[in-house]
Amino acid sequence: MINTIFAFLNAAIIQGIPLLYGAVGEIITEKSGNLNLGIPGIMYVGGISGIIGGYLYEHSTSNMNPFLGILIPFLSCLLGSALIALIYCFLTITLRANQNVTGLALTTFGVGLGNFFGGSLLSFFGETGSISLYKTGGYFKAALPFYKNLGLFGETFLSFGFLAYLAILVAIVSNIVLKKTRVGLNLRAVGENPATADAAGISVTKYKYLSTLVGGMIAGLGGLYFVMDYTAGAWTNNGFGDRGWLAIAIVIFAIWKPASAIFSSFIFGGLYIICVYIPGLSSSAKELIKMLPYLVTIIVLILISMRKKRENQPPESLGLSYFREER
Amino acid sequence: MNSKTEHIKEPLFHITKRDQMIWYKQWIIRTIAILAALVVSGIVIMVLTKYNPLKVYAEMFKGSFGSSRKTWILLQNLAMLLCISLAVTPAFKMKFWNLGAEGQVLVGGLASAACMFYFKDSLPNAVLILIMLVGSIAAGIIWGVIPALFKAKWNTNESLFTLMMNYIAIQLVSFFIMVWVPSGSSVMGVINQSSEAGWLPIVFDQKYFLNILIVALLTAAMFVYLKYSKQGYEISVVGESQNTARYIGIDVKKVIIRTMVISGGVCGLAGFLLVSGTNHTISKELAGGMGFTAIMVSWLAKFNPVLMVITSFLIVFLQRGAGEIATAFRLNESVADILTGIILFFIIGCEFFINYKINFKKHKEVK
Repeated sequence: MINTIFAFLNAAIIQGIPLLYGAVGEIITEKSGNLNLGIPGIMYVGGISGIIGGYLYEHSTSNMNPFLGILIPFLSCLLGSALIALIYCFLTITLRANQNVTGLALTTFGVGLGNFFGGSLLSFFGETGSISLYKTGGYFKAALPFYKNLGLFGETFLSFGFLAYLAILVAIVSNIVLKKTRVGLNLRAVGENPATADAAGISVTKYKYLSTLVGGMIAGLGGLYFVMDYTAGAWTNNGFGDRGWLAIAIVIFAIWKPASAIFSSFIFGGLYIICVYIPGLSSSAKELIKMLPYLVTIIVLILISMRKKRENQPPESLGLSYFREER
Repeated sequence: MNSKTEHIKEPLFHITKRDQMIWYKQWIIRTIAILAALVVSGIVIMVLTKYNPLKVYAEMFKGSFGSSRKTWILLQNLAMLLCISLAVTPAFKMKFWNLGAEGQVLVGGLASAACMFYFKDSLPNAVLILIMLVGSIAAGIIWGVIPALFKAKWNTNESLFTLMMNYIAIQLVSFFIMVWVPSGSSVMGVINQSSEAGWLPIVFDQKYFLNILIVALLTAAMFVYLKYSKQGYEISVVGESQNTARYIGIDVKKVIIRTMVISGGVCGLAGFLLVSGTNHTISKELAGGMGFTAIMVSWLAKFNPVLMVITSFLIVFLQRGAGEIATAFRLNESVADILTGIILFFIIGCEFFINYKINFKKHKEVK
């Protein structure tokens, strides 16, 4: 029994990590007033960029260096996610396009890009089969060497690859930056009321671009974690599923606070797989249990709209483009 | 960009809002955007596959119109996408972001499938189809109106609410498939294969004719409703400004709920058409992402139901065509999504040049 509970906690954290990256990325983006519904697409692109980087490196040398084996996929993931987030930035910030429509188009595009390269990368190089970078995956999965000495606790909470800890670190740092620094204050001002921020001499365009790019890159790491650590370097088309949308749901659950997103993500990660750990469920009942994360999100959404507490509201100008001459 | 705050340097250009641009100029800009998108897509195809893009486009055309069967499939897909686009339009025009069309279509289809499964051939076919139709529309309405009620009462964020309702609908469908299929397989076979109970009748020897006819009538009805009815007018006022609407005595809450009843109901109808007229079965992929594509179709057509015929044709043509080239050139079928994405980006981006004007500085200033 106790083993099952710990196994569940461990699985909840593993499931929660990609959600955490996505949620923190989306929070940072939303703080600037950009509702980026392209995050699910960006996460696919982040994952496949990492795969491409890893594949190219793994096949260029027979003598792999673990450090480069991590660095190359990591950087290609950041680059890929930044490039695709840039499309969203250019369209919504510079060209002032509608954010919802742009975001949805970006998700279509990003998921398509991921599945396309995932499905045909090998055939470009005249190989067959499916992608499996088990060496690179192994580097990413490498855990702290001493966790096995710590028994059940170590197995449950310390058996992760470095990307898991990085996710938590990123969430904490984002929280501090948003709350305690001038950059964070300016960013929040832009998201609440861009006209006022503009009048105060803050470059609205610069902050929106920067936060959307950084947010996209962080979200992309969620995709990288999924393909490198969770599936150990293997790509399956649509394998990432609807996790990107769950990440957007967590933003609400965590009421736009990166630090709260940590536990929210683990809760959602747990809800995502809890049906496996409840004994004696029929396969149809499992399908009903899988509704839980979405139901919980809806309930939270309703509750925060009913209570109308000021600090729990989304950024005031969320979803609106800013045009200086129109205020 | 335009809003550099440095004091010494003047910006190179500044952007102003245009007055309404004359309609043909708008369409020239949009056509240029689509052509530019096709060129970029061509380059992407060439880089990815090293095939001649002209040949690929020709293959796409053949894939969509190559035979009368292919043309009918194209028309059927067009009708379904158009139907869902029509459904999201009234809500969308009211600035109610119904991202839940996917789920509303699914529950509509689920209601139809349930009727087919439980009644089998115990009822006359006409009665059964009528029950299915009513059930599907009712299910769609329920799914659409729940977020609307909360929006009207507490201003709950509707885009995320409706988005989450999609996944609840998906799980509901999975649940019923698990219950209905005794083997525990997650795939539901064709329902009532031998009796064909609950199948829409085949008219003029064409399986899809009735679907297409219904959607065509719906398009005309929606056009009239939005443009000439009082309710349609109320929708556009609420969309422009809720304060104005309240000021002139429109009951905003009522309009929100009523409009979502229509939106959800039409989605339910689409679910009915997909189950009863097209697939004769139900799966999680019934709507296949059309709920999202529909939003873009509607937006690209500026909420005009007649123009939506064109925009949904464009999208369906791309997807069908790209699907065909995927098989013909042994590419991954996701190439369709990439092409759709590129075209959408261009059309989304070109609106800027319709709404705004870039004024370059006449004289280079002395620094």
